[in-house]
Amino acid sequence: MTNTWQDIKNANLVIVMGGNAAEAHPCGFKWVIEAKIENGAKLVVVDPRFTRTASVADYYAPIRPGTDIAFLNGLIRYLLEKDAIQHEYVRAYTNAGLIVKDGFAFNEGLFSGYNEEKHSYDKSSWDYEFDQDGFAKSDDTWQNPRCVINLLKEHVSRYTPDMVSRICGTPQDKYLHICELVAATAAPDKAMTSLFALGWTQHSVGAQNIRTMAMIQLLLGNIGVAGGGMNALRGHSNIQGLTDIGLLSNLMPGYLNLPNEKETSFDEYMKTKLYKPLRPGQTSYWQNYRKFVVSLQKAIYGDAATQDNNWAYDWLPKLDVPLYDIIKAFEMMNSGQINGYICQGFNPLQAFPDRGKIRRGLSKLKFLVTMDPLDTETSRFWQDFGPQNPAKSAEIQTEVFQLPTTCFAEENGSLVNSARWLQWHWKAADGPGQAMSDIWIMTGLFHRLRDLYRKEGGAFADPLLNLTWKYTDPNNPDPEELSKEMNGRALADLTDATSGAVTKGGTLLDGFAQLRDDGTTASGCWIFAGSFTEKGNQMARRDATDPREQGIAPNWAWAWPANRRILYNRASADPDGKPWNPAKPIISWNGMRWVGIDVPDYGPTVKPSDGVGPFIMNAEGLGRLFARDQMADGPFPEHYEPMESPAANVLHPKVSANPVARVFSDDRAAFGTPEHFPYVATTYRLTEHFHYWTKHALINAILQPEEFIEIGEVLAKEKGIEQGGWVKVSSKRGEVVCKAYVTKRIKPLAVDGKPTHVIGVPIHWGFTGQARKGYGANTLTPSVGDANTQTPEFKAFLVNVEKTTAPAA
Amino acid sequence: MSDLQSQDYIRRSASTMTPPSARNHEEEVAKLIDVSRCIGCKACQSACMEWNDLRPEIGHFEGSYQNPADLGPSVWTLMKFAEYENEQGNLEWLIRKDGCMHCEDPGCLKACPARGAIVQYANGIVDFISDKCIGCGYCVKGCPFDIPRISKTDHKSYKCTLCSDRVSVGLEPACVKACPTGAIMFGSKTDMKHWAGERIDELKSRGFDKAGLYDPQEVGGTHVMYVLHHADKPSLYSGLPDKPRISPVVSAWKGVIKPLALIGIGLAALAGFFHSVTVGPNEVTEEDEVEGERALREKENTP
Repeated sequence: MTNTWQDIKNANLVIVMGGNAAEAHPCGFKWVIEAKIENGAKLVVVDPRFTRTASVADYYAPIRPGTDIAFLNGLIRYLLEKDAIQHEYVRAYTNAGLIVKDGFAFNEGLFSGYNEEKHSYDKSSWDYEFDQDGFAKSDDTWQNPRCVINLLKEHVSRYTPDMVSRICGTPQDKYLHICELVAATAAPDKAMTSLFALGWTQHSVGAQNIRTMAMIQLLLGNIGVAGGGMNALRGHSNIQGLTDIGLLSNLMPGYLNLPNEKETSFDEYMKTKLYKPLRPGQTSYWQNYRKFVVSLQKAIYGDAATQDNNWAYDWLPKLDVPLYDIIKAFEMMNSGQINGYICQGFNPLQAFPDRGKIRRGLSKLKFLVTMDPLDTETSRFWQDFGPQNPAKSAEIQTEVFQLPTTCFAEENGSLVNSARWLQWHWKAADGPGQAMSDIWIMTGLFHRLRDLYRKEGGAFADPLLNLTWKYTDPNNPDPEELSKEMNGRALADLTDATSGAVTKGGTLLDGFAQLRDDGTTASGCWIFAGSFTEKGNQMARRDATDPREQGIAPNWAWAWPANRRILYNRASADPDGKPWNPAKPIISWNGMRWVGIDVPDYGPTVKPSDGVGPFIMNAEGLGRLFARDQMADGPFPEHYEPMESPAANVLHPKVSANPVARVFSDDRAAFGTPEHFPYVATTYRLTEHFHYWTKHALINAILQPEEFIEIGEVLAKEKGIEQGGWVKVSSKRGEVVCKAYVTKRIKPLAVDGKPTHVIGVPIHWGFTGQARKGYGANTLTPSVGDANTQTPEFKAFLVNVEKTTAPAA
Repeated sequence: MSDLQSQDYIRRSASTMTPPSARNHEEEVAKLIDVSRCIGCKACQSACMEWNDLRPEIGHFEGSYQNPADLGPSVWTLMKFAEYENEQGNLEWLIRKDGCMHCEDPGCLKACPARGAIVQYANGIVDFISDKCIGCGYCVKGCPFDIPRISKTDHKSYKCTLCSDRVSVGLEPACVKACPTGAIMFGSKTDMKHWAGERIDELKSRGFDKAGLYDPQEVGGTHVMYVLHHADKPSLYSGLPDKPRISPVVSAWKGVIKPLALIGIGLAALAGFFHSVTVGPNEVTEEDEVEGERALREKENTP
């Protein structure tokens, strides 16, 4: 989230699209209700199904799964055509006026630079025109046809209301009514908040779905303001923490890139990370990248990371491919390239696409270690549970080690919530049976591996042997100690260049501004610097005082970065430093410095007249309507059909789906066609369950006991399917036999004139736990990933549905 | 199911005796369910199960999000979901938390032949005192909202207690505490009516002209009230009675028997005839047992 849960109450319009906030985030949803009741906000829901969020909405419109970009690009077209944008904001704070290189083009579904063999782009033309000083050229009058805003206008011109309706199946009047509601928030004192989740990410165009709405929010002046923002509602209590701490195959903590094999030296690695400002006088905060990396290396390797060995750069792994995401990992298990798997806090047999492929991959392993508080399906993949898991145990040689772990309530620690708050939690009970903490298990593994290397040696032992490990109990590091390590310390006395204040060597740092690239600071995750200081554990703070009752309680827990609650909050004020919305100010310029209810996302004493842009992490200081080379699939968003789609892309049939989506050839062979699988399916959570966990809890199992799919009345009638009757749902990859919920909440959509039916597939049931046995939605889903994030396309694929009889008891 | 004492009673089943009235400062309470801000998450159902230690069987999917399928001896509250297409052709998904309404004039209490098995407290809560329940099922017949359910295990009748044990020590009912959107409120009935008024005004401003409070006067008002967007058609909400009425049979018994009782004990034979079904005997008779069994069988045969 750019903003906070509480801040939702400041919105004038709440749009839930690409998510189902009421069902997946019922507790946070209270702030939407608050916005409605206390702020007169309207709630708009755009979803293939009429959800429980829709049940309390002021306005609902249906949409075909996987067509959100068409809807949103149409919305951009509407805003530009009606001139319903916040001009002063767009002019001063976005790259609307920057001039794009001549080579950049878009034709027949492809941006310039496409390489058909590699399914990727050479992105060199996706950039600005630069002057002799290396600064991007601009035309503040927006007359130049190569200005970003003009290219954008041209790009979205194809998305007429008629075209949007043809692609999305959304009735035109409903679509236009939503356009009108959204456009009203272009007023400087009005804000719209966008609440989304996996309904946008789980597509082959997932990142672009989100980006399109972010562009809309920039055009409306809704980023950085109270009640605005792009608010990703996290579906896991600590999934924000997972990405923060770099648990992705190509990242290190704090969103630092893991080196690739071409970056053979630290200098080479740093060459692409200098972040020279692209406009005069801009902050371009990533210029501090080197400080973050060196401090991270000092946290990992301590005294062994020195200037002389380039801060132990050689000990970092180097990627030989762009990344080893999970889709790739299971591809490699299937082809025998990965034969051991430590599966910690993850249940891929339920959670990852094409369950059959997951099971086959696990079956080829030599060993599998699962670490989980629950008896997961993955742990039991080898066991025959009947049709829901038809494993042939005798043929599976994988040795499985099942290590029970404690859960959050059985250990101290912190979780990072959607609003980037690090909130400490305290152990409430001992774990059952032999459950041990993940820290204890990983530590034991580390010591044994290191001992083996010490005794027997081995290839490239240095990274393991030189790891610094100075914990009070080296066999079970205390969560507080680990937190302090992530926060970081001064390793020598540090003197602040401007104030002259001295930070004593050994003390905990107050923030990342103190980090150095000379080895005198260590910080395990630079964005967490400030979370555990000499003043104590900031994450454990529980003061709910909210000075303006505006949803910002600065002393409740701690938010990264720098305890800032609303990102880009400089943009909440006009170029002179006066709040756009005087009724809900966040920060303002008082003539000397920036003051207000939040930590400024800006130099605290940088004068408005200096013309420093509010988007300080971007090298041009501006919000990007044109993304340069930051996205794999284009600097502007474009509608591509899902990999399995009922119809060809009417905009460019030859390039129907995302040309750079993550697809392996064997997965491509497992895509179905509308001829055999005529219906669009989408998967989702129900409020009664949390993923595949709560089916282990009796009460949740009582509240939603058994697997089912949702089907509209029209299709059900056509297929002779009765309410609560049995159906077989099949895709090219597998089939699910379960009950049908025949509902008015899913209606056929007219897509390019043809009726298109949507099948809803809730995800929660498996073959372990208390609820009734189920096949799992991932039996059906295709193994294809978003071009940028490799997130699987769970939200739009093809199935067939047939009436069937009850399985034998 | 009660921690309250007899001093709190204002009514008792099968008894014309005035309960002791040492306590005279109790305020009438009410639970207000604002269906317009309910998201049907069932946190109330799980809180109810947690607090009251209820665990019904794991059921089946039966064509709705409504689970368990029905109220039961261990299901005291239940989310009911109704898909409704309005006059404009737009879908509305009307979600209502069902459970005991805690009537001011409780049909169950009127119908109950077992002395003191159903009581009403001065705060308005209607409670079943299980050890006095004879399992006859008259309360099921007497209830205009089809709420009480007889347990097949102990043959006693159960329903929501409005968490009388929590309320008696100054806590809100468990469902109220658990509700994430503030759709369930609890307080004095006066305050709840006031708050409902604000909510209704707000709903009217959003175009729900017929928004209103459900506090049906046919049963003297209720201590569980709803804010409805369509107060003119309560039955849209999974059959909430438009005009709840206590079964005429139960009313007749009361209506007839009261004057009879006044006429005097001289009409002992007649009084005896009605005794078991109205005022109630001090002890359970064989007829009661038989009648109870019959009611129970009937209930069991109802799908």
